[in-house]
Amino acid sequence: MELYILLGFMILGAIIAIEIKDLLSSVVAVGAVGLGLSIMFLILKAPDVAITQLVVEILALIILVRATLKKDLPFSASGRWFFNTIITICFVALFLIVGMKCFKDLPGFGYPIMRISSVYLKDGLSQTGAANTVASVILDYRAYDTLGEATVLFTAVIGVLAIVRRIGRKKQGKTIGEDDE
Amino acid sequence: MALYILCTILFSLGLYCILRKRNIIKIIIGVIIAEYAVNLFFVLIGYRVEGRAPIHAPDQKILNMVDPLPQAIVLTAIVIGLATTALLIAIAMRIYEKYGTFDITKIKELKG
Amino acid sequence: MSRKHEKGMSLIVKTITRFTVGLILLYGIYILSHGHISPGGGFAGGVIVALSFIHLMLAYGKETALKKLPKNVASFFESSGAILFLGIALLGFTGGYFFLNFLSKGQPFRLFSAGIIPLCNIAISFKVGAGLFTIFVALVLLTFEIGKKK
Repeated sequence: MELYILLGFMILGAIIAIEIKDLLSSVVAVGAVGLGLSIMFLILKAPDVAITQLVVEILALIILVRATLKKDLPFSASGRWFFNTIITICFVALFLIVGMKCFKDLPGFGYPIMRISSVYLKDGLSQTGAANTVASVILDYRAYDTLGEATVLFTAVIGVLAIVRRIGRKKQGKTIGEDDE
Repeated sequence: MALYILCTILFSLGLYCILRKRNIIKIIIGVIIAEYAVNLFFVLIGYRVEGRAPIHAPDQKILNMVDPLPQAIVLTAIVIGLATTALLIAIAMRIYEKYGTFDITKIKELKG
Repeated sequence: MSRKHEKGMSLIVKTITRFTVGLILLYGIYILSHGHISPGGGFAGGVIVALSFIHLMLAYGKETALKKLPKNVASFFESSGAILFLGIALLGFTGGYFFLNFLSKGQPFRLFSAGIIPLCNIAISFKVGAGLFTIFVALVLLTFEIGKKK
């Protein structure tokens, strides 16, 4: 029952975050959605994911507030407003209908299949020696997944550093600045 | 089943925000909401009725644990999502610095 | 109220930060080192360690935090975390294959157990913490550049 209340709270927060005009209020509403998601992970018996989601949400909120501070611009709603909205809502409704048809093939809520996971749960403690089964999965059984995650994070850091680099921008800034003005 | 449908509705809200809004920060917010919905769907599939958290205790034998595999996948996906969000924000800030606006239609006008 | 001393936030925030930032760093180290016997692990611990330095930067301004952990040092830690993780994986070839748990398992439910899993947790926490701190510093420096230009 509490899962329905929390999910309704998250949907409400998402609607507020999408439709409100003020950008800072929108970012705060996204933070509320993330914290509700963290409590929901805790109820679904996933404490590792709950801790990670909580701290990651705080960091993402700090970065988003840093990006939107003092840049609150009114954005235009001109153009074919009615036509665009109708097309978008039709597409989203089609997506929802197809998704609901797919859910009939999934196992019901609360009764997973666990063909591989039962082996992990039964032999994990004796094979790896780690009491936390999630840690033994991500670092021993499926460590290639973590290696790929490390590669993606390394690429993202290099990408951010290349985008905000100052050395190349000063040389280009002079010539482009003269052309623009 | 009803929880799956509510989770899909949350994903569709993020999709609507990506497709319809014109502010870049709103588009990033839509990406974040869709990512939350996908993470939640993974953990919902692995839940077991009357289950326990997948952590062994010293002197008791627990048999009904929830599925640890989706939790391990989601744990890496959360950190990747934060890194990609930071990359998107860096690109958006450079666009703001160059064009002075977050509106994507204005950016197209200024370019041509 | 002289503007000269006000680098960063007010005096209340600075005093509270001085008391809490060490505890946050210690909690992050606890989370990452006990990742194999309790909830937590390298990802959450690394993000908490990065958040302690970001806390210092938000309260005291960017000079104090960058003096404690410069950007080049953070970038070095990030690369060394990746190399350490890959090195642990490559050492598995001494026993047979990639990512082999070659150390002894030890007694379960102790801190020194589970073979290579605590070492991998430490490597991943280096990588995640230093990487996210580098991203945050880069974005903050970009914001200051824009403010200076206008």
